[in-house]
Amino acid sequence: MSKQVKQLERVIIRFAGDSGDGMQLTGARFTAETAAFGNDLSTLPSFPAEIRAPAGTMAGVSSFQVHFADFDILTPGDSPDVLVAMNPAALRANRPDLRPGASVIVDTHDFTKRNLARAGYEQNPLEDGSLEDFNLHALDLTATTVEAVKDFGLSRKDAARAKNMFALGLLSWMYGRPTEPTIEFLSTTFAAKADLRDANITAFRAGWNFGETTEAFAVRYEVRPAAMAQGRYRNITGNLALAYGLIAAGRLSGLPVFLGAYPITPASDVLHELSKHKNFGVTTFQAEDEIAGVGAALGAAYGGHLGVTATSGPGIALKAETIGLAVMLELPLVICDIQRGGPSTGLPTKTEQADLLQAKFGRNGEAPLPIVAPRSPTDCFDAAIEAARIAVTYRTPVMLLSDGYLANGSEPWLLPDIDALPRIEPDFARTTNHTVQGKDGEDVQTFWPYQRDPQTLARPWAIPGTPGLEHRIGGLEKEDGSGDISYEPANHDLMVRTRAAKVARVAETIGRTYVDDPTGDARTLVVGWGSTYGPIGAGVRRVRREGIAVAQAHLRHLNPFPADLGEVLHRYDRVLVPEMNLGQLSMLLRAEFLIDAVGYHQVRGLPFRAEELADVIRELATTKETSP
Amino acid sequence: MTTLDEGTDLGMPELRRDGLFGVPAAPDPGTRKEFTSDQEVRWCPGCGDYAVLAAVQGFLPELGLKRENITFVSGIGCSSRFPYYLDTFGMHSIHGRAPAIATGLATARGDLSVWVVTGDGDALSIGGNHLIHALRRNVNLTILLFNNRIYGLTKGQYSPTSETGKVTKSTPMGSIDAPFNPVSLALGAEATFVARTVDSDRAHLTSVLRQAAAHRGTALVEIFQNCPIFNDGAFDSFKGRDTEGSIIPLVHGQPVRFGADGSLGVVRAPGGGVRIVETSSVGDGDLLVHDAHADDASTAFALSRLTDAGHLHQAPIGIFRQVERPTYDDLARQQVSTARESLGDGDLATLIAGKDAWTVPA
Ligand code: SF4
Repeated sequence: MSKQVKQLERVIIRFAGDSGDGMQLTGARFTAETAAFGNDLSTLPSFPAEIRAPAGTMAGVSSFQVHFADFDILTPGDSPDVLVAMNPAALRANRPDLRPGASVIVDTHDFTKRNLARAGYEQNPLEDGSLEDFNLHALDLTATTVEAVKDFGLSRKDAARAKNMFALGLLSWMYGRPTEPTIEFLSTTFAAKADLRDANITAFRAGWNFGETTEAFAVRYEVRPAAMAQGRYRNITGNLALAYGLIAAGRLSGLPVFLGAYPITPASDVLHELSKHKNFGVTTFQAEDEIAGVGAALGAAYGGHLGVTATSGPGIALKAETIGLAVMLELPLVICDIQRGGPSTGLPTKTEQADLLQAKFGRNGEAPLPIVAPRSPTDCFDAAIEAARIAVTYRTPVMLLSDGYLANGSEPWLLPDIDALPRIEPDFARTTNHTVQGKDGEDVQTFWPYQRDPQTLARPWAIPGTPGLEHRIGGLEKEDGSGDISYEPANHDLMVRTRAAKVARVAETIGRTYVDDPTGDARTLVVGWGSTYGPIGAGVRRVRREGIAVAQAHLRHLNPFPADLGEVLHRYDRVLVPEMNLGQLSMLLRAEFLIDAVGYHQVRGLPFRAEELADVIRELATTKETSP
Repeated sequence: MTTLDEGTDLGMPELRRDGLFGVPAAPDPGTRKEFTSDQEVRWCPGCGDYAVLAAVQGFLPELGLKRENITFVSGIGCSSRFPYYLDTFGMHSIHGRAPAIATGLATARGDLSVWVVTGDGDALSIGGNHLIHALRRNVNLTILLFNNRIYGLTKGQYSPTSETGKVTKSTPMGSIDAPFNPVSLALGAEATFVARTVDSDRAHLTSVLRQAAAHRGTALVEIFQNCPIFNDGAFDSFKGRDTEGSIIPLVHGQPVRFGADGSLGVVRAPGGGVRIVETSSVGDGDLLVHDAHADDASTAFALSRLTDAGHLHQAPIGIFRQVERPTYDDLARQQVSTARESLGDGDLATLIAGKDAWTVPA
């Protein structure tokens, strides 16, 4: 039977099922096929905080959304064009995100009275007409899968588990994805279990053939490869890119990387990943708690390693005192906060960007530190290198603010030319740097641990083992220069201001604010930071297509801000700051630059939708100026 | 009279791979003066910390190490000022965290001799977690735990080693906490080296330090340290001439015997513990012979329980336990070098490209 082929520019597919249904794997494989095919893409996995919530319940629903297109896209998409729902709870949980006309592929196998009740359905939605707005395909995928793999002698349970590969095969057929990557993947994954390997490959092929032969699916779709810059690409999640960035920073600085960390969602993958790469000179220390994680990293930094800790918001709260010590000791340290919903334990597997003020102010005393934030999964690589550069150059702890969306989301990455990456110079102190008068008036060469570089205000990094540079440092206030303990009022005032000035000087090396204003006549500027880059960019594009001029600036450096930021903000009549918090960046912009920044906030644990941002941007950009 | 001043031979055999392995030796080990910094020492007059500092300053040259390869890390408290007074590398860190910081330093740098200076509040209260985990990991550190059974720096509150009922500023009706016995705690935390000594007994202190430094792994040395300001006389039973009924000396390979003319001794008790008996009531062969190298820590633990929990009149002094176990930092460095040997030095471009990279042509 020949099928009609329809051209599409872009598609959003969401795979949803019970935690045990393998939806993350299914989504990841579809993504790999899509990447290999050459579409631009962006993904959004979503999973419960519980490892195994009760089967069949709303709490146990796990999903994976992938958005792919023949042009460059910025987000995983607002609303799925296709929902694959493996059970009633998956249907019910994802139903509100669908627009009329969306395709819904449902595995009817679990639509029993009991499972419907578990999901909170009083009636069977497949029968009561409540899905009539959608293009519904209700199929018993499980039974079809079990039938397809019956020759492999698997238990019924194991046979049924291959249903995710059947669904993957069906969707791969529908969107013309290449099948080789998945078959190769299944062959290596199940290399040791021939029956499971063969059953999964068979289920995958059966899904494909099912699409080809059944009359239920009359149309196939084609999304052409996107025009992407020439080069070598891979697909990568933010946490993986972050881990690679840290390894790269070690290479670029010539410093061994030392990660001290305590497992915490959604940061643990950074620990997992770095622990695999000891042949890059990486040491990972799984500490007894968050405090020991950063403590050991600081100890390693004192010893001349690139000290790193990776955690989430609750971990930052615990590490605060040690970070304050690092501020005082003026040692390089990279602190990665993969933000999640808060406060307290909050929403461990959901995203939020509400740790900005904690990063900036969450320590006792005046304890400034530089803050950088990646804007996309791939940007985590560059942000990690930038954080390390600032830390090493300025001898300071640096906070890197990623979040759950960047951590687990993925996109294609144009692989960087390693040789073109910036070198980082540790410039360890090797010799004495100061002359004092001895008892008999003679000159004595000595080492002053707080004698600063006049350009950067950084102090020397003198590591143990360097002859003649023996010295003591600590958390007590130090005398300017000598580093001896000092309680002198004027000295403390000077040191507090000097530490602040040093962090402020980072602005000299971060460049100017980049403003995207294609028409050059926008009166409204949208300012964001971190993972909202994609949704804000997509929202801005929509509004521009309507002929409304809007400028966009996205901040990589949150402390210090680029030197020209105040001037940039004042150029516009209206400044909109969308954030996944209750207005933390806008508070800082208002305080620092005395501008009337307008905030737009949501804290649902999910990224912004491009459409909602487009509405907000349009409304502000088209408001008539009301004179006071 | 049982004194430890003469008993500096603790009966320990030389270890094959000692705690200082990998730390560069100095052609000229230097003098006590060279190990003394220019900072004015600021403890209260009569503080036990002075004696320990003098002992350490006098002992460090003996290690024969390059001075720049010795690092002292301390927490917060009176004793934690220690690093400022030594002309080595030093870090006066934050309350309770020194073992964590030192763990990172010792793991990163196998060529350093890393010392931790801490107190009973620092190590056993706010930093209790880091202490027990350093001990179980067996990081190559020497931890000097100055136990004065009081908070000195904050001016006299009871500490986690203060006896129950102690009246202090924060416990006007007497403390109601049961105290820790640091030696019992360390043994329970899988420590490979646990010793106790007294601030005023320079010879014994030095000999314990010597063994502690030579131990590869975490060496915990509890030092009975007098705080004349807030807890004066807490350890008087262990000082001066009349200590024979108080100090139960532990010497590896020797029967545990103390008291006037060795009239008291330690024997195994039914039920697995140990007890004190009149030696005249048992045969010579019945006395417990101290074995610091026993694999099983039970007897060492039982000996640690001979320490008075309330006001201290009697306590074993010496090395309770000294056994060999691979250290965390050696193993961590070994994993890195093994990975490098078997996989070769990592290639960054290959790593980041992964297995599924594709090429977009021009
Ligand atoms: S308060 Fe006690 S422990 Fe602290 S310095 Fe004074 S005497 Fe020593």
